[in-house]
Amino acid sequence: MTLLLNVLSGALLLVGLAFVLGGTVGLIRLPDLFSRAHAASKCDSVGAGSILVALALQGGLTYGDLKILLLVLLTLVSAPTIAHALARAGYRTGLAAWTRPGRDES
Amino acid sequence: MTTLLWIVATVLLLMVFACLWRADVGPTIQDRLLAINVAGTKTMVVLVLLATIAGHAFLIDVAIVYGLLNLIITLAATRFIESGRLGSEPPVGADGALRADGRP
Repeated sequence: MTLLLNVLSGALLLVGLAFVLGGTVGLIRLPDLFSRAHAASKCDSVGAGSILVALALQGGLTYGDLKILLLVLLTLVSAPTIAHALARAGYRTGLAAWTRPGRDES
Repeated sequence: MTTLLWIVATVLLLMVFACLWRADVGPTIQDRLLAINVAGTKTMVVLVLLATIAGHAFLIDVAIVYGLLNLIITLAATRFIESGRLGSEPPVGADGALRADGRP
């Protein structure tokens, strides 16, 4: 049982690390605010969420692990809210979305 | 397993520095806010990692407070950027008239 929990939480850690890596690369490389917010919300919700679930499995389901699950819930709620609010603020302050250069010249 | 946890914490801290680079160069204020928010979320995860590694259960409480403050600060700053005000008072222009776009 302990081995199963260890394997499961190790796999979740690696999945979360991959998502965080991809989200950060997107935050650095993508061309405008809207696509960056899109990448960063994936990074936050799935990446941080699965790392936190892995850590909750590590502890063996004690009282502190319930608090970690509460933190997972907070992350799942907050990441899409932040992405939506920032994209709405950018849209309402007149930020233009990126289009592929040369696409609308024909 | 502890080695894997240390590796994850180290990689997350390197990602925090990458996010801080975006917060430095990001062309709009929303980019900077987004980068700071992502960096804060990663810091929260690092706090929980340290709580698991070192066995200090109080660090989870610190992480909860960090995550809540991160959410509220970013939402408040976003609202302030969007409408130029924080409360629920109606938007009033310089001449005292209500403005349709909600900006002062």
